[in-house]
Amino acid sequence: MHYALFLGCTVPARSLGYDISVRKVAEDLDVNLIDVEGFSCCGFPTASIHRETSFALAAINLCLAEEKGLNIITLCNSCTAYLTKVNMILKNNKEMFERINEILKSNDLEFRGTIDVKHISRMLYEDIGTVRIQKTVKRSLDGIKIAPIYGCHYLKPSSIYNKFDDPEMPKSLDSLILATGATSLDFPEKILCCGGAILAIDENASMGMTHIVLDSVKSLEADAMATICPFCHLMYDEYQITIGNKYGKDYNIPSLFFTQLLGLAFGHESKELGLKFNAVRTKALVKKIMGGEQ
Amino acid sequence: MAQEKNDKKTEQNPDDMSIITEDELDSQFKYEILKEPGGENFLRCMQCGTCTASCPVKAIDPDYNCRRIIRRALIGDKEHVLNSKFIWMCSTCYSCYERCPQDVKITELMFALKNIAVKHGFIHPSIKAQVTLLEKFGALSEISEFENRMREKYGLPKIKQSPDRVKKVLEKENIKEIIEGDS
Repeated sequence: MHYALFLGCTVPARSLGYDISVRKVAEDLDVNLIDVEGFSCCGFPTASIHRETSFALAAINLCLAEEKGLNIITLCNSCTAYLTKVNMILKNNKEMFERINEILKSNDLEFRGTIDVKHISRMLYEDIGTVRIQKTVKRSLDGIKIAPIYGCHYLKPSSIYNKFDDPEMPKSLDSLILATGATSLDFPEKILCCGGAILAIDENASMGMTHIVLDSVKSLEADAMATICPFCHLMYDEYQITIGNKYGKDYNIPSLFFTQLLGLAFGHESKELGLKFNAVRTKALVKKIMGGEQ
Repeated sequence: MAQEKNDKKTEQNPDDMSIITEDELDSQFKYEILKEPGGENFLRCMQCGTCTASCPVKAIDPDYNCRRIIRRALIGDKEHVLNSKFIWMCSTCYSCYERCPQDVKITELMFALKNIAVKHGFIHPSIKAQVTLLEKFGALSEISEFENRMREKYGLPKIKQSPDRVKKVLEKENIKEIIEGDS
């Protein structure tokens, strides 16, 4: 299986653990992720300013993947939703198709509508499947309680995702967690927004939103959280101590990218999965997972 | 004048509940919204409040109220809607969008309102700053030699940022003029 790997802006700058672990687990599953030179912003940041510009920015990336004949795999939920949405609109709306191609002319690019976009977790769930993941597990996460964090744009707007999962009661990430042998915790806050999108607009509201989810995960005595988006990771991991201080809480909940947890289940060591880049220490969790191994 | 008055309104109380008089309203505002992509279903709103009940931002900051934003837009309280920090506070989680019984497509409506606000010269500074970054790096973050050395150390391929294509699009769309506003 070959895909174009779309990192987006945030992953290479702030989430090296995601970048490293995605490539590691892809190798284990014989998935060939190809880096495409010239990939740039997905366009989402400019959606608030000027819709047409944001469509053209998204289309640059879609065109570059089309030139390689590759479907895109995304890591960030927002990149996923935006590239998927623009791809869908350009494929179905002739007027917009022509308008965007007119803008792209100066870049010698042409949108044709020949590829699809998928988030890495959806690819693991749909294209690889939980059975194969189960078979690849070398070190079961049996006894580990994991809180799945879906984020928003992985599921919503559901109209662009062919209803591959239920936006109100999703199960795709839960299924992937279960395939590692771990327990997947069920709690209503697993679909709540992390607040990351408005961190620069209103820090108090943003951190308040994160703290609601952290409180819930803490009360469930989770061993770890599994995130699938660099913005969720930013809030639940990088900002966890700051938010704990603000609300007088000692959370100390390891927040890992799902692919880091999957990598542990596939038998890799911490350093092969970039766990040192996580802000909340993961040593105790890894020790618990390794159990008698050490 | 109206602008000045609204600035005060926003500063003193972000969602001033004082009585709105007719001369403050713009009866054409709703048509402007209907024409903007994302605003097409806006008149369907029946003010049921499912959006506010679903809103995770509202759960933290009770002053943020998307139903009220829609109501103000419907009656033509244009200055207040466009000049308010609130339209920028939507976290775009799409909870309201999924649950709205009238399919108002509220998240898209918020994008439409922000696009209109920008046209009228109201833009949040943090959003403006992002355009500068996009022009410079083609992305929101710079991947410098430092990041690339780190990437190499961990066996990751280097990233060569190429802002040229992004820059061309931004220039062709006159983004600089757009974010400076024209009103």
